[in-house]
Amino acid sequence: MKLKEVVEVINGRIICGDAFLDREVHLGFASDLMSEVLTLLDEDILLITGLSNIQSIRTAEMSDITQILFVRGKQPTKNMIDLANEHEMVIMTTPYSMFRASYLLHESGLKPVY
Amino acid sequence: MNQSFSIPAGDFSHAGQAASEIKRLLKQLNIPPKVIKRVVVALYEAEVNVVAHSFGGSISCTITPEHIDIVVSDCGPGISDIELAMSEGYSTASSEVREMGFGAGMGLPNIKNNSDSLDISSSEQGTSIHMRVNFKEHTP
Repeated sequence: MKLKEVVEVINGRIICGDAFLDREVHLGFASDLMSEVLTLLDEDILLITGLSNIQSIRTAEMSDITQILFVRGKQPTKNMIDLANEHEMVIMTTPYSMFRASYLLHESGLKPVY
Repeated sequence: MNQSFSIPAGDFSHAGQAASEIKRLLKQLNIPPKVIKRVVVALYEAEVNVVAHSFGGSISCTITPEHIDIVVSDCGPGISDIELAMSEGYSTASSEVREMGFGAGMGLPNIKNNSDSLDISSSEQGTSIHMRVNFKEHTP
């Protein structure tokens, strides 16, 4: 699904990366544990996380993941947004919980990694 | 080609800067993306370890046409039981480290899984890990 569809499905807001909303993503991975994200071999992944700090952006950078969804309305800091922009990432937030966001995105066609 | 970085203790905002810089460099050298990912995941986990567990340290990377050698050294307090530290799920991380999304006992196993060779030595004076990743594409 396209990232602009992701935003609609989870009643989300785009924080940065407006220029890349036509990007397609096929897999979703929900975790607050960055070491777990670092084990993923796929790159075509939407990272769904409640961990809003610089390490979540760094982890995405190392994993070649270019889209992150922060749940429960978590707001990234300016440092995080700057780093995300540097790597052409799309950052979104949703007021929904990780469970609800994952459920809705799966219903809309996003597949699990495992 | 050599690159060195210093890692201040406890400063999570800087963890990942060395891995980021090495990633940029390896891209310029046209190293295959899957190999770059192995290098930066191992290096990033090692950086987080130094920030999370040590009194500060340094990284030294040597790049040859065949491989990258990375030596990560810190100033202590050392790993008391390396075998235990290597087992997935074992962690001595503080709650602060866990709040940063790490500390689940996956760091050293992740480093091992992403390097072609790994040597760890440790005493109270410090820990030194030497990892090598070959540039020839890895077949799992």
